[in-house]
Amino acid sequence: MGFIAKYRLRLVRKRWRMRAMRKRRELNPVALRTDRIRKNDVLVFSTLRNERIRLPYFLRYYRDLGVAHFLIVDNNSDDGSREYLAEQPDVSLWTTTGSYKRARFGVDWLNWLQSAYGHGHWTLVVDVDEFLVYPFCDVRPIQALTDWLDASSVKSFSAMLLDMYPEGPIDEASYHEGQDPFEIACWFDSGNYMIRRNAEYGNLWIQGGPRARMFFRDRPERAPALNKIPLVKWNRKYAYVSSTHTLLPRGLNLTYDEWGGEKVSGCLLHAKFIDTFVAKSEEEMQRGQHYAGSHEYKAYHQGLRDNPVFWNQTSERYANWRQLEILGLMSRGNWV
Amino acid sequence: MTSVGFIMLVHTALNRAAQVARHWAEAGCPVVMHVDKSVGNRAYNEMLRKLDGLGNVRFCRRHRCEWGSWSLVAASISAAEMMLKEFPEVQHIYHASGSCLPLRPAQELRDYLAKQPDTDFIESVTTGDVPWTVDGLERERFLFWFPFSWKRQRRLFDRAVRIQRRLRVARRIPEGVVPHLGSQWWCLTRKTLSAILQDPRRPEYDRYFRKVWIPDESYFQSLVRLHARNVESRSLTLSKFDFQGKPHIFYDDHVMLLRRSDSFVARKIWPQADLLYRVFLEGENLALRQAEPNPARIDRVFATALERRTRGRPGLYMQSRFPRADHENGKTAAPYTVFSGFAELFEGFEPWVGNFGRMTVHGHLFAPDKVHFADEAEIYRGGLSDSAALRDRDPRGFLTSMIWNTRGDRQVFQYGPDDNQALNWFMSTDSNAQIAVITGAWAIPLYHSGLDFPAIRAEAARLQKIELEFMKVLRSPWTKARLHLWSLSDFLQNPRDYLQTILEEMNPRNPVVLGNLPVMRPLDDFGIFLHNLRNQGMNPLVMGDFTTSPRRPEAVVPTRFTGE
Repeated sequence: MGFIAKYRLRLVRKRWRMRAMRKRRELNPVALRTDRIRKNDVLVFSTLRNERIRLPYFLRYYRDLGVAHFLIVDNNSDDGSREYLAEQPDVSLWTTTGSYKRARFGVDWLNWLQSAYGHGHWTLVVDVDEFLVYPFCDVRPIQALTDWLDASSVKSFSAMLLDMYPEGPIDEASYHEGQDPFEIACWFDSGNYMIRRNAEYGNLWIQGGPRARMFFRDRPERAPALNKIPLVKWNRKYAYVSSTHTLLPRGLNLTYDEWGGEKVSGCLLHAKFIDTFVAKSEEEMQRGQHYAGSHEYKAYHQGLRDNPVFWNQTSERYANWRQLEILGLMSRGNWV
Repeated sequence: MTSVGFIMLVHTALNRAAQVARHWAEAGCPVVMHVDKSVGNRAYNEMLRKLDGLGNVRFCRRHRCEWGSWSLVAASISAAEMMLKEFPEVQHIYHASGSCLPLRPAQELRDYLAKQPDTDFIESVTTGDVPWTVDGLERERFLFWFPFSWKRQRRLFDRAVRIQRRLRVARRIPEGVVPHLGSQWWCLTRKTLSAILQDPRRPEYDRYFRKVWIPDESYFQSLVRLHARNVESRSLTLSKFDFQGKPHIFYDDHVMLLRRSDSFVARKIWPQADLLYRVFLEGENLALRQAEPNPARIDRVFATALERRTRGRPGLYMQSRFPRADHENGKTAAPYTVFSGFAELFEGFEPWVGNFGRMTVHGHLFAPDKVHFADEAEIYRGGLSDSAALRDRDPRGFLTSMIWNTRGDRQVFQYGPDDNQALNWFMSTDSNAQIAVITGAWAIPLYHSGLDFPAIRAEAARLQKIELEFMKVLRSPWTKARLHLWSLSDFLQNPRDYLQTILEEMNPRNPVVLGNLPVMRPLDDFGIFLHNLRNQGMNPLVMGDFTTSPRRPEAVVPTRFTGE
């Protein structure tokens, strides 16, 4: 990569950081408990809107992994999410009425919070329907992973989004508060992912899975990106470029080995497709606040009218991280 | 009575170090601790307080330690001198760190050492014999000067090495010293350690080792050769290194693994591995074992990790393994077969082939209309869709995923010039591919199509051009696939033998009995058909010699396709 291209990316990074600085004015603190953050804490950053029913399980899942503090942006919820979060002892909460779309789908807000509170910490940026699975997550807390990454001088950890779905139609089984969503949506596609390398940012662009085969079989280029780098040893100079798909500086995107070996990686189990999704996609359609003119949601909507069943006889039932590793969706690299 | 004393170098996780020191001290083993000077006073004092009241724990002079530098040796020397001076009953000195954990009771170690009172346990090998130096500085670490810090002044460090390489610098190694390397977690006898530390030439040695790279891996390891009578070149501490030369860390779930090693001490332990500390420090001492330490018993775990990190699983493309072209270490996960022209020549070829062994026979996977999976399935293993657009988004990903998803079940598919040609190079350079081509067989469906002749002619010209390109790729010097190429006319000379060859290659362990061949499509006037094509200005090259008709003796057609 030439000097000019490098310099250009530097400018791009500065631009996103400036923008995050500007967008911080949209954030109003509701509950600030950031003074409780201690030196080596792993922090979760998230932005959400009307996700009350999912919150108890989400918080519990990450607390159990060893996450010490949650920094959350509430985008104008009116279902009690804000009140619920404000009461949690390990949550710092901001609220905003600003446009999700104009904050680049929340990236600007979180970039700001990360640079303000995440510097020097391992930061995990996830949505409330994304659940991180990493090697040995059943027996080792997340600090074991981050300590090991530190010792290996690795600054970013990739975890591909794995769409999970139920056996029947999405709205057949109903999700109740506090429930593990993967009791309902425990199926996934094990081997239909499309990968290409982005030359400019160096990251891999991964598409595929049930959404691609159900909704984008004629326009695969529009299928949602599944590559994610959610866990980063944050520095205030870093910036997420689009969602957690791409980071700057560019070196943070090189979470894959190019000479045949396997680096360590995990998966983000995506509990999007449970019964709350149908109502949600209706709402998102009307708000028009999602990526690329919400065409993703339009396509879902089209598909949803036919009462979609993602499941088929090739679907794989989720068991644990070792299964995902054997299937080649993640790897423990040389972590023993 | 023989006694063993521990010198411990400590710089982080002071609580754990104190816990281990207390364990040893209470078991009657003196401990001398060196606490890194960069540890703050508060933490240091708290540690002192924690070990207060233990008569056999001492703290030696503190050095500011830096990885790779002399300071670590200086720390060891300070601690060792204190140990020798203050605990005259100690006969063996065990060098440990704050992240070490005893796996067996001190009494077992004592018994073990008592049986070999004059043996020094220290890994000590000459540089020529160690493949495990990762930084590339094998001999050079003893011949160059290393005045800069590798961690803090990396640029200067690298530059200094480069310059010395260019100048062919070779420092004088002190007379009599042969550089040896090894783990710093040794266990030496009082006699040997005293002899090393009281050697009259020590100032000279120290001067030399001060500017050696990573002297803590070579100082005692080299000098022990001058003084010891009985060196056992291995470490009693279980310590495993990864491919970057960084120690593997042990966690709670390694309890059984650590037990199995029968080692006396393990390093490094994750400070938050509560279970390990509880089990090994507070666990009930069962009947004392006499087992010989056997770290090799658990080597496989680490060898697998190394293999996975450096070579990976062949044929896997995923988020953290995306090899560059020709660095795949296996382009695909398993052998597969590509048939081109066979389904066009034989009716019912696919079900017929499927009878020979465990395999799945697909139609044209890369056809333009859709993916023709076996039985025209809409979805195939791993969730692969029959959508041509999805397949063409990443054809390589499609093929490699399919082979990966079906490991253990051979994949066979039809291919031809009308299909997506994106993978020609990939397949031909893949040693897992078996590619059998009857060139020109694509003309048979055209011959039977009943289309009007100009349309046939145009289509034939197009397909032939594509097939010629494919042939060019297959005949390149980089081809690694197993190839079987015939022109249609050559194949017709002896179809049975040729099929036999291919099928035997697919089933190397099972005898192949062909039985009846599938029915061949009629080719009675095929020669005339080709002649007509030629008369229309299209030159049918790839079918071979079909001048069977006596009416057309003048038609000269190459009998073999030459790739031009």
